[in-house]
Amino acid sequence: MSIDTQLFEGKLIRLGPINHEKDPDMESRWTHDLSLMRALSRQPALPLSVAQMKKKYEAIEKEVDESKKLFHFTIRSREDDQMLGFTRIEWIEWTHGTCSLKIAIGDLLERNKGFGSDALQLLMRFAFSELNLYRLSVVVGDDNQAGLRFFKRHGFVEEVRRRKSLLRDGQTWDLIHLGLLREEWQAMQGESHHE
Amino acid sequence: MSDLLRGELVRLTAENPEVMASNFFLWYQDTGWVRFLDTDPSRLTSEKKWKELLDKDLDKESKDEIFFAIRTLESDKLIGFIGLFELFKHHGDTLVAIALGERDYWGKGYGTDAMRIMLRYAFYELNLRRVGLIVFEYNTRAIRSYEKVGFIPEGSVRRVMQRDGKRWDFKYMGILREEWLARQAGEVNDQ
Repeated sequence: MSIDTQLFEGKLIRLGPINHEKDPDMESRWTHDLSLMRALSRQPALPLSVAQMKKKYEAIEKEVDESKKLFHFTIRSREDDQMLGFTRIEWIEWTHGTCSLKIAIGDLLERNKGFGSDALQLLMRFAFSELNLYRLSVVVGDDNQAGLRFFKRHGFVEEVRRRKSLLRDGQTWDLIHLGLLREEWQAMQGESHHE
Repeated sequence: MSDLLRGELVRLTAENPEVMASNFFLWYQDTGWVRFLDTDPSRLTSEKKWKELLDKDLDKESKDEIFFAIRTLESDKLIGFIGLFELFKHHGDTLVAIALGERDYWGKGYGTDAMRIMLRYAFYELNLRRVGLIVFEYNTRAIRSYEKVGFIPEGSVRRVMQRDGKRWDFKYMGILREEWLARQAGEVNDQ
């Protein structure tokens, strides 16, 4: 990798800043898909209006600016700059080189097209090569099998099962912690170079 | 079950900001203790600042945290604290954290007793389905205490903390309502 590299340019998508005019409409629509909300948080799933979404974006940019523990990117199509989703590096602990990730492709019809994989690869490179972090964590519910498969496919290792931590639709589910260490990511980079 | 917050060695209490401030001010200068408790680097905070921070908590009506001080029954001495955080009532799940700032009271059953009271409160008053916790792998005294009250290992977040040039795991432990109830029944039968 050359120093003169575009860290946010993927094959299919690029990571970009929030567009405060266009994005609130789109993301407000996504929040009405409660299964997406459930996959991203343990808080009760709740749709947000466009006005609420605008406020939320302002709060996000304020937090990124002030906390120094958070990066928030929109995932945009390289083709037409349409927002496809978002991704976050959260809870950075600079002392220990750790953080948590979130990644979402908003529209059901846009999933399984490789946008998420493309975004995660950019995010991993950014976290390890630019932020110099040591490990990435994600927490996924057992009710989100697609999410679990996604992260495992990209080398994340299952580490913790908080038994029956989720109660949804009258059923309990484990909350699963997965992690990826820098050396594990580096080993995967080696493999892909040999291909 | 009238005295839900009283155990065999300690009781759990609510304290004024100035009381907790005077204790935190002293305890948080004990960096060995802080290293069992927090991933944040130790910092030194004045008693005045502690009071301001705790005063602020009075105003915020926190629904996802519950905090108690721990006092001994024998002399009413304030020896530590115990709290619930990440309390998700709609999932019936919480994390618990405990710390004894007074080192003279370590290894004598005070913490274990406080944890037993907190579990009883979590299951009998809050009607939670499970209680979980995070403990640093080098805190073997705490791990033994948690095992004693029935917490079961649920896995380790690998190499998540760096101290003294080494990387350390977080261990997660948890106890389910049905596991706790079974233990209660067992203890009654033992008597």
